[in-house]
Amino acid sequence: MTSNEQGGTSVQHAVILVHSANHAPKAEKALQQAGITCKLIPVPRRLSSDCGVCLRIRRADQETALRVLEKARVEIEGVHEI
Amino acid sequence: MSKTIYFDNAATSWPKPPEVVEAMVRFLDEVGANPGRAGHRMAVEAGRVVYEAREAVAELFNAPDPLRVVFGPNATEALNLALRGLLRPGDHVVTSSMEHNSMMRPLRALERQGVEVTVVHCSPEGFLDPTDVEAAIRPNTVMIALNHGSNVVGTLLPVAEVGRMLRQWPAGAQHAAPLLLVDAAQTAGAVPMDMQADGIDLLAFTGHKSLYGPMGTGGLIIGEQVGLARLEPLKRGGTGSRSEREEQPTFLPDMYESGTPNGPGLAGLTAGIRWVLEQGVEAIRVREMALTQRLIDGLRGIPGVTVYGGLDARRQTATVSFNIAGMEPSEVGLRLDEGYGMMCRVGLHCAPAAHRTISTFPVGTVRFSLGALNTAEDVDGAVEAVARLARGAL
Ligand SMILES: Cc1ncc(COP(=O)(O)O)c(C=O)c1O
Repeated sequence: MTSNEQGGTSVQHAVILVHSANHAPKAEKALQQAGITCKLIPVPRRLSSDCGVCLRIRRADQETALRVLEKARVEIEGVHEI
Repeated sequence: MSKTIYFDNAATSWPKPPEVVEAMVRFLDEVGANPGRAGHRMAVEAGRVVYEAREAVAELFNAPDPLRVVFGPNATEALNLALRGLLRPGDHVVTSSMEHNSMMRPLRALERQGVEVTVVHCSPEGFLDPTDVEAAIRPNTVMIALNHGSNVVGTLLPVAEVGRMLRQWPAGAQHAAPLLLVDAAQTAGAVPMDMQADGIDLLAFTGHKSLYGPMGTGGLIIGEQVGLARLEPLKRGGTGSRSEREEQPTFLPDMYESGTPNGPGLAGLTAGIRWVLEQGVEAIRVREMALTQRLIDGLRGIPGVTVYGGLDARRQTATVSFNIAGMEPSEVGLRLDEGYGMMCRVGLHCAPAAHRTISTFPVGTVRFSLGALNTAEDVDGAVEAVARLARGAL
């Protein structure tokens, strides 16, 4: 794991919500293949009451990540800066 | 007693490649958590394992998307989902006379609820003429439901021909093209299949036969022509998604996958499919065809033995049915087990319609079914054993 995956205070993050935990590994794979650092984390309670996971990425990667996921045909429920 | 010859691969394959057992042990020992039910790293890893199983299945059948693979315990449940989920009173469905009861029994139950069922007759060898299927289509035909490979005599049904015919459905036609449901229990992993090129809309598979996974794994691949609003789930319940809502999710695969999945089983299934892909389905097919022809020819050469089906390995799977004159199939099965260490299945094989088609109802047959791990030596040993029994019986 690299230091920027640890969520240190210096890096600003965004989370991408997908439909379910079944979709998360697909999204993770697509992002990794595109060279975008991501980590699957529990969905923050204030974003959803869901028990599932979401993808945390660097805020700087947000636009590229969304393009990659669209191309990989991963449906997205929302993007939030955290 | 000589070594065990396992010729019951059409019921379930044995032995399994060691990788399958290792993957299952690894899941139980190291992964462990419930996939998709939490966000901790063990649950996330379990979710990846399940997704890898979807990817393996999608690759093998060329499914449009891994998330279109819906897992369940076996082919039976997958067929029930497709049939009971899509067919409504007044709908018409076309099927064949070579079906397994996993197809026939749900269809007969639906018939009592007002679904119209046409059973297209196959030849005495068990072959289906695709033009007979086309001729059976009516304005209210919503589905064509076919077994890809007979579990009784191994004959291959022309699902790709039917699929291509349906893909050429005229655009301005009065009614929409029927969906094609294929029961690939006997062929998945043993016969090359391409869901998109073959025009298969719904593909039911089981993990424990020619995919070399464990029992308790299987599923339905849902093609892009299938409207989810039309396909009712068989079960509803916890999916780990949309937990705030009391209604079932309406997206794939969660809509059709309630309850904790078979994590260790799916880990084993992935290993089984990866093993099949490494060998190559085409290479497995070529090898099994050679062994099957050797078996057919060997058995046919024995006086008093009748072999059923097309007798041509190119037109069937590695399943061969036969009888010895004057001997009950059950008697043959018992003597092969006790005297020769040979495991096979006798009787009607859950497919009374298929036995009626080949005129072996209600007595049934002795069935030898080979797998990718059988050898020419196994075949020769089996032929020799049957020859000895036949000599004694004549
Ligand atoms: C043609 C066919 N369809 C369906 C099935 C059902 O498979 P399962 O018992 O895994 O549900 C079988 C095997 O038993 C079969 O041979």
